[in-house]
Amino acid sequence: MQTFGQLASSPSAASGSRLEQLAAALPKFETRGMNFFYGTHQALFDISLKVPQKSVTALIGPSGCGKSTYLRTLNRMNDIIEHTRVMGPVLLDGKEIYSPDVDVVSLRKRVGMVFQKSTPFPKSIFDNVAYGPRIHGNRNRQSLVEIVEKCLRQAALWEEVKDRLKDSAMALSGGQQQRLCIARALATSPEVLLMDEPASALDPASTSRVEDLIIELKQNYTIIIVTHNMQQAARISEWTAFFCQGRLVEFGLTKQLFTNPVQKETEDYITGRFG
Amino acid sequence: MTSDSTDPAPSAAPAGRMSANTRELGFRLTWGRTREVAIQFGLFLCAVLTTLVTLAIAAVLFVEAVAGPGGSAFFQQVSVVEFLTGTEWTPQYTEKKFGVLPLVCGTLQITVIAALIGLPLGLLSAIYLSEYAAPRTRAIIKPALEILAGIPTVVYGYFALTFITPYVIKPLLQPGAVFKISWLWNIPVDGFNALSGGIVVGLMIVPLISSLSEDVLRAVPRTLREAGYALGSTKFDVCTKIVVPSALSGIFAAFLLAVSRAIGETMAVTIASGQKPTLTLNPLMQIETMTAYIVNVMSGDAAVGTIEYKSLYAVALVLFLVTLFMNWVSQMVLERYREVYQ
Ligand SMILES: Nc1ncnc2c1ncn2[C@@H]1O[C@H](COP(=O)(O)OP(=O)(O)OP(=O)(O)O)[C@@H](O)[C@H]1O
Ligand SMILES: [Mg+2]
Repeated sequence: MQTFGQLASSPSAASGSRLEQLAAALPKFETRGMNFFYGTHQALFDISLKVPQKSVTALIGPSGCGKSTYLRTLNRMNDIIEHTRVMGPVLLDGKEIYSPDVDVVSLRKRVGMVFQKSTPFPKSIFDNVAYGPRIHGNRNRQSLVEIVEKCLRQAALWEEVKDRLKDSAMALSGGQQQRLCIARALATSPEVLLMDEPASALDPASTSRVEDLIIELKQNYTIIIVTHNMQQAARISEWTAFFCQGRLVEFGLTKQLFTNPVQKETEDYITGRFG
Repeated sequence: MTSDSTDPAPSAAPAGRMSANTRELGFRLTWGRTREVAIQFGLFLCAVLTTLVTLAIAAVLFVEAVAGPGGSAFFQQVSVVEFLTGTEWTPQYTEKKFGVLPLVCGTLQITVIAALIGLPLGLLSAIYLSEYAAPRTRAIIKPALEILAGIPTVVYGYFALTFITPYVIKPLLQPGAVFKISWLWNIPVDGFNALSGGIVVGLMIVPLISSLSEDVLRAVPRTLREAGYALGSTKFDVCTKIVVPSALSGIFAAFLLAVSRAIGETMAVTIASGQKPTLTLNPLMQIETMTAYIVNVMSGDAAVGTIEYKSLYAVALVLFLVTLFMNWVSQMVLERYREVYQ
């Protein structure tokens, strides 16, 4: 049986088998024995992972282990770095995203991304959120207004900015800027949201707002989030993948991985962080 | 009490800190420290010197043009109104007229033509270099542009006079006369004309615009471009909707600097566009720019102290003020731009 590779189908995962089977039946993303290279430097080794649909999957692991690299292979963001190579299948809904006939633009429209550092464009708040729909051909003012309001509401920012949509986004606070970036990513109505440490530069209040937002969004989106914060991973994710030195060490239900890890490395990492 | 001794009054702060330092060092003036002081003083002198030169130029212009000893300055003999509104500039004639408008008009023509050519070329090559060019292509094109900047302006002038006018402008605008075909159009073009001068000045400012603009384009954070790509932008979207708008004020400042360079350009326009003050907006006629007039007087036989000689300073003053203004505006814009990114 080929479910989550040997690691995830190991004994400890048995108790959560119902959920797991469900998720395994409907993986949103799947990589099979994927390797990744920056030039000659191999950053990822033989990653086999099925990311379940409409749930939050956390990627954890020590710095430099390849979490961001893995995340960026999923929307082909690594393409813009020169001399990078992906080897092995990366499937979105069962379709290879690196095959020549795939249009990167429409892939990235389906797979949105939020970065660690908030990256508002030096434009108005409205234009920031409307950016995505506009480049994808939406010219209808009324529909843009609706999209902007909807996404700002989803990102829990609407009440704070509804009276100053015309103001520059650069004038928002760091936490507001990050929520704006989330709203901007939602505006292209993606199916998947990749988040690379989205709350690492935020204060506790903003962090918890972003976390609430993620929990809310998982009803409709598949979310993959990189985080260094164990409590955060435990709070918001159903699934957790633990990376170490470019390898996927363990993948499973967050509850199990945190309380009863199979691998010694996982346990060391988690307890090290907690204790 | 303790806070008093370590925290001197604000106005005395530098002196206070200095003496505290010396006390700490126990007055040990080592060789290293002496050298440090000497270097600092040397640098200070250089800075003062450049400032003094600027002030000296302004002073000379003022004395010769605005208020000289015994009412000898230009504007003490010719009224400012006549100077600024007169439409004839004939200092060499017996009936001298000092209306600066024909010269201003000549400079304006050159500047506008140069801007129309230099701005798009410069900006597009900057966009190409910063966003599209592969490192290897860049390594060839950038030095080539820098060579363009290093060509003496007099060469540009002759290039305009002996190549652009006879082999580009005339065949295009008066093919009838050039190819001796009677039914083709035949627009009159002077041998010296503003168009050829404007074209070469435009080419001259391309490297300036492209290297300054490229710097500001490259300064747009990489994270911003990535955010653009992550939303599904094409490279063209990222360029036109994110990178260029983010760098707009920097690009604008580069434009202004380049335009003030075009206004001040002398040699090429003197050679290519002629020395005949003409109040016209037709770029195919011979004109004279403010700078060309100054060269003209300096190399001519106007005796020192005559009104004709003094008029040079009046024109120079106008040039000085205009370029000063342009530089000031571009500095202001650049400063605002820096604020946005820090
Ligand atoms: N642009 C790049 N060029 C070359 N090597 C890179 C590049 N980006 C990352 N790497 C290397 O790939 C490996 C994985 O990096 P990655 O950024 O994916 O780690 P990470 O798990 O996200 O770390 P962190 O938690 O610190 O963000 C590291 O060894 C890193 O040095
Ligand atoms: Mg990372």
